[in-house]
Amino acid sequence: MNSSKPPDSVIPKLELAGVHKTYGRRTANENRVLNGIDLIVENHQVVCLIGPSGCGKSTILRCIDLLDTIDGGQIRLDGVDVTRPGTDADAVRRRIGIVFQAFNLFPHLSVLDNVTLGARRAHGVERSVAEQRAHDLLERFGLGAKAGDYPNKLSGGQNQRAAVVRALMADPEVLLLDEVTSALDPELVAEVLSVIRELAGQGMTMVLATHEMGFARDVATKVCFLHQGRVLEEAPPAELFSDPRHERTKQFLQRVTEAGRL
Amino acid sequence: MMQDDPMPAMAPVPPAARQRSGRLAQEGAKASAIAVLSTVLFFGGGAWLVASSPNWPKVRAQFFSASDFRASFPDVLDGFWLSIQLFAYCTVLTAVLALVVAVMRSFRGPAFFPIRLLAIVFTDVFRGIPLILLVLLLGFGLPALRIEGLPNSAKFWGVIALTLSYSAYTAEIYRSGIDAVPESQRSSARALGLTQWQALRFAILPQAVRNVVPALMNTVVSLQKDVALISILGVREAVKEAQIYTASTFNYTSYMVATLMFLALSVPLTRLVDWYTARDRRQRSQAQL
Ligand SMILES: Nc1ncnc2c1ncn2[C@@H]1O[C@H](COP(=O)(O)OP(=O)(O)OP(=O)(O)O)[C@@H](O)[C@H]1O
Ligand SMILES: [Mg+2]
Repeated sequence: MNSSKPPDSVIPKLELAGVHKTYGRRTANENRVLNGIDLIVENHQVVCLIGPSGCGKSTILRCIDLLDTIDGGQIRLDGVDVTRPGTDADAVRRRIGIVFQAFNLFPHLSVLDNVTLGARRAHGVERSVAEQRAHDLLERFGLGAKAGDYPNKLSGGQNQRAAVVRALMADPEVLLLDEVTSALDPELVAEVLSVIRELAGQGMTMVLATHEMGFARDVATKVCFLHQGRVLEEAPPAELFSDPRHERTKQFLQRVTEAGRL
Repeated sequence: MMQDDPMPAMAPVPPAARQRSGRLAQEGAKASAIAVLSTVLFFGGGAWLVASSPNWPKVRAQFFSASDFRASFPDVLDGFWLSIQLFAYCTVLTAVLALVVAVMRSFRGPAFFPIRLLAIVFTDVFRGIPLILLVLLLGFGLPALRIEGLPNSAKFWGVIALTLSYSAYTAEIYRSGIDAVPESQRSSARALGLTQWQALRFAILPQAVRNVVPALMNTVVSLQKDVALISILGVREAVKEAQIYTASTFNYTSYMVATLMFLALSVPLTRLVDWYTARDRRQRSQAQL
């Protein structure tokens, strides 16, 4: 039950060790999604998770943010196991930002209120201060004029960027991004990707789930291919994309290439 | 909410369409004529049937006497004013208590089990007791206990009985609204570091309540009528006043007076609910486009 800090070596920012997750346990449609995930994310690293649809990329991100409970293993943030009972999950979530695959903005709140809700209520930032910061960030993401609009008046790409701003408001130590480009047309993809590249350049520690191999190749320090609930293969992008070790990885990359996403 | 007109009025109307709209107008006029005619026939026929029945003159004297109408009106109106006050108390108390019960029931995690259990027992018990029994039990039973500090006014216990029963139902309405908010909204709120309570308060409840406003308004309409049940405790609201008049005159017109008063309040309320529901549905279908 101790937080098992490695004695001396540099403690990784985020570490998953033997993480298991099964949905619908002990029911007819039991679904073992994560089957011993080992993953190390060093400070300032950008780690990309790739793999076929349904392989558990989103599940990993949700587990890291403690939005799903894991059935086995550990998730360590700065060397501290955050999955052990008694952890203040809210405090952990305040240190992590996440952008969901489907944005999940609050439909009853304006963009500005969406973006400032966490800062004001979870971090106790004063309204005027939170709004000032929100306006700055929205401006930077080209949403300056949209602050007062409701999410259903925004395009997919604008929703996406608002969700990124919402996650960035709290200055997260780790940013989790789930298919940030899935809803965007190519021009917007380039735009959002350049934002992420910029964040990476500023040293933000990030974990991304993505189908966008070109992007993974571009920003990732490390790419992890998931297969059957494990990290089958991990390597720097140049290596993994040009010289995959496993047959299954080759197949996957082959198919992605055929689909024109490499 | 701002809405763009989906069909710009500027667009020139092609002649074929103009012809079509002319025909449509004609058909519309014909439809209204049929509607008016059938309404007149239907209600006129009904009235004629009633009026031609052999006992009609007697019934008219007992239920529709103009002099008794005038004589009973002031007292029944006083009673009705009390009905409205009781209704207002019940509405406010129910809205609050039901929300508390619904929120208690939607807390997650083993630590909150006792709270959830309490909410479940509350809804099961108070939904399970016929309202009239609850009014009698609380209205006559509790004051009889003569517990120190407990009010013994029949009005008070009548309001409490109605509030408990209606809260049990209304809590379920709120809960259905809470359940209809997608799970992802909760995750999204918790991901910001909000506590369970904050997530409910700022992310889930505003959406949940919006989901169920029409259902809530329907409950209010029905509550407004059930306030009449407090009359069995001897509280002199509209129905009781009407009863008192009848008891001394053997004329039932006072009941018609009370009926008209209740209708005067509930019909506009019902229309309001319908209007709101229709508007809400329109706005939602528009938002989905
Ligand atoms: N709440 C849930 N309940 C039950 N099963 C779930 C739940 N969430 C995800 N799953 C299952 O877990 C598996 C992994 O889902 P996940 O969303 O993590 O995949 P993914 O890799 O993100 O896929 P995609 O690339 O399509 O986004 C899927 O088989 C899915 O059906
Ligand atoms: Mg996913």
